[in-house]
Amino acid sequence: MSVAARAAALGAAFLVVVGVGIFVAVYYVGAATTQLPIVHYSASGGQVSVVLQEDPQNNTATTPDWVSYYTQDPVSKQWLHTTLFSVPENTKVNVTIYGYDGCTPLRNNYFSQVQGTMGGTVTVSQFDQHGKEYVTNDTTSVINSWSDCNVGHTFAIPAMGIFVPVASPNAQLSANNLCSSSPCTPSGNPYAVETFSFMSPSHTGTWRWQCLVPCGGGYIDGNSGPMQTLGWMMGEMDVVAS
Amino acid sequence: MSSTETSAAAGAPRTEPRHGWRMFWIWFVLSLPSVLIIWFVWKPHLPPGDMSSSAQHQQFDIAVLAATAAPVIIGVVLYFIYAVVVWRAKADDDSDGEPIYGNTKVQATWIIGTSAIVLWLAVFGTIELVGPAGAGAGEGPSPIWTLAGKQSATWTPGSDDILEVQVIGQQWVWTYRYPQFGGMESTELMLPEGMPVAFHVTSLDVIHSFWAYQLGVKADANPGVDNVAFTTPKAMGSFTVRCNELCGIWHGAMYNYGQVVSPTAFQTWASGVQAKEQADGVLAALPPFALTYDPTVIPQLGKNIVTVDGITGAAGYYYGPGNPVTP
Repeated sequence: MSVAARAAALGAAFLVVVGVGIFVAVYYVGAATTQLPIVHYSASGGQVSVVLQEDPQNNTATTPDWVSYYTQDPVSKQWLHTTLFSVPENTKVNVTIYGYDGCTPLRNNYFSQVQGTMGGTVTVSQFDQHGKEYVTNDTTSVINSWSDCNVGHTFAIPAMGIFVPVASPNAQLSANNLCSSSPCTPSGNPYAVETFSFMSPSHTGTWRWQCLVPCGGGYIDGNSGPMQTLGWMMGEMDVVAS
Repeated sequence: MSSTETSAAAGAPRTEPRHGWRMFWIWFVLSLPSVLIIWFVWKPHLPPGDMSSSAQHQQFDIAVLAATAAPVIIGVVLYFIYAVVVWRAKADDDSDGEPIYGNTKVQATWIIGTSAIVLWLAVFGTIELVGPAGAGAGEGPSPIWTLAGKQSATWTPGSDDILEVQVIGQQWVWTYRYPQFGGMESTELMLPEGMPVAFHVTSLDVIHSFWAYQLGVKADANPGVDNVAFTTPKAMGSFTVRCNELCGIWHGAMYNYGQVVSPTAFQTWASGVQAKEQADGVLAALPPFALTYDPTVIPQLGKNIVTVDGITGAAGYYYGPGNPVTP
């Protein structure tokens, strides 16, 4: 084989390898970001209502025992297994989170403090598995995850300074009666309902949100798995033009 | 037939110009403006700027090294180009090259010159590491070089008290504790201008790296390790804090901004946050200030949190290092 032919063959082989690498990267990165549905919330009267729930498991076939957030479609009221949602810019966002998962200590108890919400508070109600409300509309700025087992996860948008501990059923209910089929419903399950509000940014863009409780059970220090996967305990909030 | 023989045979000995001097003057004419440009034009724009004592030293160091390297690079490239241009064989010249012999003067110049440069770099580097107390880098839990100032349980503006700031990394946020203000914690990093600061950098999970870019401070955040770095902010304004150690999927988003303010403004801010956290009960919820934290030990509960395998976040369990089984 001539030198020119050899060089051409090597060049072609190089291009094939590079092409395969790019394809794999695009395929997997694309798969990680585009297969999740995005729930679009529209404003009404200058406000928008985002509804989430966090469950001790999920309804996927691949990783059914990963803890996970769900997002409610505002029209069909169906729970979608996604953590991607959009809200209009410069709008009051009212968030409701149903906490079905049990309590877990925060790694840094500083995040027991509610930060970045309107008034710096959240309002919490808690129910047992029989539907009995044992905490009613408690408005608080701190939910101490260490002295009392009442924090399941957090909803944090660090770039906006929003850090919200999400209430869970109490320790006794967490230990024995948690919801075991996702998406969870209030019927027959202990849960907490937490509401808070914040203003969406005044410009469009994408803001990541995440949980700060190390809730990746089965992984070193609970850091991996659902903690590092879009659609489970981390997500993105798209801010779109209103 | 060699060229010497050719010349002798021709009866006209060739007079070589003084190549060494020629190259020296060309080198000098090129090097002098290069060094001046580096020092007076480039240096003020070199990273990381001059916002702190460590940043100023780093900017100075980079300028000195660039000014040292430029004449060397010019010398090497000049010799290469000179040789190609001046000693290039003619197309019809089939003669052998000149015989090469050792030249004591050239060899001595080379050895002395390179030795002087290497020794200068070693001495300069050591001085610039020791002088600015570690040059803004993490020195580990027992720093050898420290800033002048007084370690104190309290901090007063205008004093020589060193401000202690604990930097805590966690996937994927930074928080900051101020032990001289009741151990209050914040997601904001505020620093006083003109006052010495000691950063105590640690992590609650994986390895991060605290990089306050414009301050010229960089220190690894290792779980269970107190990594100490020093600086003195020299100008008011904002600076960027980034994680500089790949720490998970949102490593790239692990950044925020700090502020250098006047000492009195800093005290007002810090005292205000302390009072608010005291009133809100946040201070009581925080663990007592320590140089490192073991998150599997929850002091308020007075016991180790149970670690279990394969449970998805319920009943107060904590997932410790002994729980690496993928469910």
